[in-house]
Amino acid sequence: MNNFTYTQADGVDNAVQEIAGHSEARFIAGGTNLIDLMKEHVMQPEHLIDINSIHLNSIEFLEDGRLHLGALVTNADTAWHPAVEKHYPLLSDAILAGASPQLRNMATNGGNLMQRTRCYYFYDTTTPCNKREPGAGCSAMNGYNRIHAILGTSPHCIAVHPSDMCVALRALDATIQVKGLHGERLIPIADFHRLPGDTPQLDNNLAHDELITGIILPREHFTQHYKYLKVRDRASYAFALVSVAVVATMEEGIITNIRMAMGGVAHKPWRDENAEQWLKGKPATQENFAYAADMILQDAKTFGTNDFKPALAKRAIVRACREATNIG
Amino acid sequence: MNNNTNYIGKPVNRVDGYAKVTGGAKYAADHHARGLCYGVVVSAGIAKGKILHIDTTEAMQLEGVFKIFTHENVSGLAWFNHSYKDMDAPPGKHFRYLQTDTITYSQQPVALVVAETFELARYAASLVKVTYKADAHVTNLTGNLDQARPPKGKKSGFKKPSSRGHFDKAFTAAPVTLDATYFHGAEHHNPMEMHATTVLYYKNGSITVYDKTQGILNTQSYVKSVFGLSGRKVKALSPFVGGAFGSGLRPQYQLFMAVLASLELKRSVKVMLTRQQMFSLGFRPITQQSLSIGSMEDGSLQAIKHEAVSGTSQFEDYVENIVNWSGMLYHCKNVKQSYQLVSLDTYTPLDMRAPGAVTGMFGLECAMDELAYKLNIDPLELRYINYSVEDGSMKKPYSSKALRDCYQQAAERFGWSQRNPEPRSMKNGHLLTGWGMATGMWDAMTVPARAKATFTADGRLTVGSATADIGTGTYTIMTQIAAETLGLPMDNVTFQLGDASLPYAYLEGGSATAASVGTAVQKACMQVRERLLDLAKDIPDSPFKGLSVAQVSFADGMMFMTETPANFIHLKDIMTLTDTGEINVTSTPLPNVFKQMKYAKNTHAAVFVEVQVDEELGAVKVTRVVSAVAAGRILNPKTARSQIMGGIVWGISGALHEESVLDHQFGRFINHNYAEYHIPVNLDINDIDVIFVEEQDDVVNPMGIKGVGEIGQVGVAAAIANAIYHATGKRIRELPITLDKLL
Ligand SMILES: Cc1cc2nc3c(=O)[nH]c(=O)nc-3n(C[C@H](O)[C@H](O)[C@H](O)COP(=O)(O)OP(=O)(O)OC[C@H]3O[C@@H](n4cnc5c(N)ncnc54)[C@H](O)[C@@H]3O)c2cc1C
Ligand code: SF4
Repeated sequence: MNNFTYTQADGVDNAVQEIAGHSEARFIAGGTNLIDLMKEHVMQPEHLIDINSIHLNSIEFLEDGRLHLGALVTNADTAWHPAVEKHYPLLSDAILAGASPQLRNMATNGGNLMQRTRCYYFYDTTTPCNKREPGAGCSAMNGYNRIHAILGTSPHCIAVHPSDMCVALRALDATIQVKGLHGERLIPIADFHRLPGDTPQLDNNLAHDELITGIILPREHFTQHYKYLKVRDRASYAFALVSVAVVATMEEGIITNIRMAMGGVAHKPWRDENAEQWLKGKPATQENFAYAADMILQDAKTFGTNDFKPALAKRAIVRACREATNIG
Repeated sequence: MNNNTNYIGKPVNRVDGYAKVTGGAKYAADHHARGLCYGVVVSAGIAKGKILHIDTTEAMQLEGVFKIFTHENVSGLAWFNHSYKDMDAPPGKHFRYLQTDTITYSQQPVALVVAETFELARYAASLVKVTYKADAHVTNLTGNLDQARPPKGKKSGFKKPSSRGHFDKAFTAAPVTLDATYFHGAEHHNPMEMHATTVLYYKNGSITVYDKTQGILNTQSYVKSVFGLSGRKVKALSPFVGGAFGSGLRPQYQLFMAVLASLELKRSVKVMLTRQQMFSLGFRPITQQSLSIGSMEDGSLQAIKHEAVSGTSQFEDYVENIVNWSGMLYHCKNVKQSYQLVSLDTYTPLDMRAPGAVTGMFGLECAMDELAYKLNIDPLELRYINYSVEDGSMKKPYSSKALRDCYQQAAERFGWSQRNPEPRSMKNGHLLTGWGMATGMWDAMTVPARAKATFTADGRLTVGSATADIGTGTYTIMTQIAAETLGLPMDNVTFQLGDASLPYAYLEGGSATAASVGTAVQKACMQVRERLLDLAKDIPDSPFKGLSVAQVSFADGMMFMTETPANFIHLKDIMTLTDTGEINVTSTPLPNVFKQMKYAKNTHAAVFVEVQVDEELGAVKVTRVVSAVAAGRILNPKTARSQIMGGIVWGISGALHEESVLDHQFGRFINHNYAEYHIPVNLDINDIDVIFVEEQDDVVNPMGIKGVGEIGQVGVAAAIANAIYHATGKRIRELPITLDKLL
């Protein structure tokens, strides 16, 4: 860990000013990801801006009925919040599928959106990694890539975004509220995280001097038909090999609306609107879900130790859709 | 006679439990001293090659950095290879840290940064720039099986594989045959407490070393011989160890580093490895094994061939007993065994809980299950058919072997008779249930151990031996044995260990401590008994005059005449009336070698497992485990049960989760952290039922103790793999059985 200076911001504006003035500064919230990365010398910020006291720790309904989750609310408090449990059970389930109770008590909503990949090589500074050091090469491509991406990869990086929460947010079409020196900006979750392309060092589209202030959940609640399915290497406390968040509306066995977001398969929570469109108006059947899964996965590309993922992903999609639509 | 001081066989609570849960127990890194400084190790980033340059300029410029030790400035240490040998060293050229520019394995320590604070040392370590010339490395065992060769030299506890009869002929003639190959990768011990050493430095040049070890004498002798110090100058202590599982059997490099820095800087120094660096230590070796079994239609075994190839380092030949079990467990006339090594550019493997048996019994007991299916015979029945009362490899009967009772009791508890042998016969939606079983086997060893006992006039007894308690319960069972032997309340008895000034005890390993140190403790207390009786005879009008020690008993703080218990005397009164301050004895038990030579001495277990497999997603859940263990006399069913449960949990881990993944691009273990090195969490562990089938065995030692530290794990992985086959119809011969293998 390198030497760094530390300051505590007392409000949103103060936090934004602090970061704007320092290109090597970082916000620190729960610290559950950043501190690890600092200990491993993967990130070496010179200045830490503690944002735990900037008053973004409430969950409230907006006037139009949408729900606003403060960026500093912990993952635990979010998952167990009555409004979230009642109206967005998918989000509760997804958050509770992640990490461990201890981590969720510390982890914040903003930090979860910003958490970095768990790629083994990204964490080991003795190995080349384009995300850590653009141009160095990608060790995972020909290495151990069991937890790596199959969709939207680039020759520069095949890492995945490891979050569970974000997969649910993608299915729910959440909006990320951010604030910079020049005011506020709303970023649809679909545009928040990036694909690696030739800039694998960038995980998302948040500017260096912007602060996440909250997450806005739309009024559509999906409390009837939803499922968060996480497939992992042990029953708890492991990142997803593949995860699927499904929300749907149904009328007499016919799918009237469906969204399927996937984790563990790409550099961002993955959705395929074509497949969703194809399912609309069709009966909820194993065959239809399998067909949709094939559509989602048709361009899947594997790298050796993750060759099993397309098959697993397909089964996971079908299972999650089946359970969400109660066809068993 | 009222007896409240019988403790052996009772589920007594841990005597060190309170200290452990209240923070009173101090582990190696918990010790402090004024002016203590901190060492942080820099590890190599390549697997093979040369260090061209180590640039320490930037790091040394930081205020508070005292010194950076590298091969360029470390000298004057022991010259001969044997000075670096330790009690558990395999044959070869033992590694000398910081004394070469050659890199022999990834994560080899290349520098030690010592600074005023830990944070500073860690930061300075990140500024040390090492440049290398990398050479091509070889870390892939399966790609280099053609390099396999017999091991060189001997290691303590290693038995050469032994063949008998005519395997080839018998195998060819056998009507039913099976050939199967099994594999597992490396596993690192990863005890909760990382390896740490604190060295306290005194003005007169002597040091006190707090080390994480399974043998404090091993620590002391290593320090003495490597640094050329006399015994008087090195006090070595290790009263508490936060798990080790074998990783503490050899002195690890934090010990070398801390002593080096302390002697050079004349300061107290602490060095603790990081979790990542725990993957630079020894590990369970990567092993490929093949079994060929021939049998008659009725299931009787005609021929077994068991061959294994394991990886070792380039400088030492680590060996373990992998194939030997298949010459011991079953009745079979024709057995062929071979065990070979391939030198890889890794560090030397190291004994890990039931070394060799966990691996070899996984192969053997999976193969037996495969054979049972070929024969259409119940897997348990097949074990009964080939049950052996003698160890066929030595042609000696077992001193005791209650394995048949283990099979019966565990099978009954589990409900095995209800089993439909048909794979995939228990299906409920997408969940498949399977039942599998396997046998466990381990050695009942005795190693040299001595103990001393001091009984004082206040009625207190202190017993000590330089053994270890790595969380296993040594403190507790030794206290029980001592208290019961002298008939004292446990509160009056203190047991000491982990101190090199105590009487000799061999490493705490091989499940031999309870038997070996326990015998020494009992003997020391017997000697105290004799001394007390002798003293009592000196008391005027003593009713004990003329009695031998066999005619008296000890209980409730008193000595009784066994025949007429109304004749008794308080032990304290013996001391006061004879004006005796204290009684001191040291015991050196000598095993009855002539008696023992005639027998094979082993522990056994029968493990039955239920798994649930999600057929669509491949996820496996072990829903039920019943294990019946025959391990002689159980001193404390509570601590013993914990040992067996821990072994079972690790068995589940090895079967389903755990693997140190080697990336052959870099020759490096790549999942070197607890997030990606998976071991089971609470949610993965369900019902575990442990049955002890007690054995009377006066061959192993007078108390009939066999040890329970390792047997619990042996066979578990095979039982799980067999249950998975029963559930799914899929034979997975490679561990861990992760879900992708079942898709
Ligand atoms: C062992 C382990 C297992 C885990 N398992 C899972 C899992 O299964 N599923 C899962 O989803 N997650 C898992 N996690 C990750 C965990 O969810 C994240 O570490 C956590 O959400 C990060 O939140 P934090 O508040 O601690 O972030 P911090 O560590 O404080 O910050 C992380 C990053 O976010 C930035 N940041 C924080 N808040 C803001 C903000 N308001 N605006 C802009 N930038 C901000 C920081 O600058 C930093 O770069 C696991 C973590 C660990 C250590
Ligand atoms: S996958 Fe991405 S993060 Fe991993 S090594 Fe390659 S570039 Fe780095």
